[in-house]
Amino acid sequence: MSAQIFSRTANAYLRVSLIAIPLLLGGIIAALIGLYLSPWYTEAGVAKAQPIAFSHAHHVSQLKIDCRYCHNTVERAATAGFPATETCMSCHSQVWTTSPLLQPVRDSYQNNTPIIWNRIYDLPAFVYFNHSIHVAKGVGCTTCHGQIQTMALTAKAQPLYMGWCLGCHRDPAQNIRPRDQIFNVDYDVQSLPLAERQQLVVDYKIPTDGRLTNCYTCHR
Amino acid sequence: MTNAIPNRVLTRLLWLPLLLILSACHIDMYDQAKYKPNQPSDFFQDGRAMRAPVPNTVALGSFRPDSALATGKLNGELVTDLPPEITLNASLLAHGQIVFNAYCAPCHGLAGDGQGVIANRGPLVVPSYHTDRLRTMAVGYFFDVATNGINRMYGYGARITAEDRWAVVAYIRALQLSQNANVKALPPDDQTKVKAGQ
Repeated sequence: MSAQIFSRTANAYLRVSLIAIPLLLGGIIAALIGLYLSPWYTEAGVAKAQPIAFSHAHHVSQLKIDCRYCHNTVERAATAGFPATETCMSCHSQVWTTSPLLQPVRDSYQNNTPIIWNRIYDLPAFVYFNHSIHVAKGVGCTTCHGQIQTMALTAKAQPLYMGWCLGCHRDPAQNIRPRDQIFNVDYDVQSLPLAERQQLVVDYKIPTDGRLTNCYTCHR
Repeated sequence: MTNAIPNRVLTRLLWLPLLLILSACHIDMYDQAKYKPNQPSDFFQDGRAMRAPVPNTVALGSFRPDSALATGKLNGELVTDLPPEITLNASLLAHGQIVFNAYCAPCHGLAGDGQGVIANRGPLVVPSYHTDRLRTMAVGYFFDVATNGINRMYGYGARITAEDRWAVVAYIRALQLSQNANVKALPPDDQTKVKAGQ
């Protein structure tokens, strides 16, 4: 009698693995997708430590300082403009002049050395985002930057995946607001009826013929 | 069947799809060998990718000592009227209000009375615009101060464009009028409103 190739339990193993292996593969894929979307990977909502504990909540919400006081090129350049040390010192040469928290700012100003902040919104080098056109066409600060007026330490409000960009580029009426509300951090986009937002898209001459979803709109 | 690839070779090639895993690991497209604004640099000694102008140089077209638009002065004298490039109208004042509220109001206050939120937090005294000295001051003075700063105030020439600074100057004049208007000069409707305390 020849030796048995398969044991008595071989059929059971086969049946169990028929179910277990697809489940395992599916689980691995689901876990990878979950990781990809999680704040651990996207850094959305995760505040980073900074050399100076700058609080947007204090400056925006309590002092009511306009976004443009510090981000002064947002209306005319691709970058919103990271404030120079001189901008900080415009006020902090007068107020909080002896605060140890602000020692790095004073050092930077006296020694002409840059303050190295940790970048929060870091787009890939192949994305050519332009702040000025978005601000000019009715996209407000909080649409992408979230409730910045509540952030003691600044965190990314969006994972910045391309699908999120495309959502707006396919249907701009969802997130558009009147031009005079761009820098109003308390403005709620949904407070304007959809029909009026669609009218804004027409008024602001935002192309809806598909140009906004061309690859070269953002990638060059 | 004699020409078919032997199964042994196929088996050896099975590991090739694993190479696809490696392809996800390169980031040279995300971090390209180029600088974007505000990036640090390990090439330049001061660590900045954005370069300051070479000492004793100016950008082409930015040095206009003869232009009232750029300096607020003509032949060394403060100008008393807006430069010809700036047209005084309602939209200039509306724009001036936006720029003023963003850049000036933190110290000077929304009404220009020197009671801004920063002024209230420090030991500094911010002058009010509503004094005889500043009401009679030439408009070029306000432009010059906005551009170059004065006393404790830093200059905003690098942060606000010349056109926007002139819009602010025009708006400051409007603010001064708002706090020092002659009631008799108002239209009759508004006069009755003032009398009614509205």
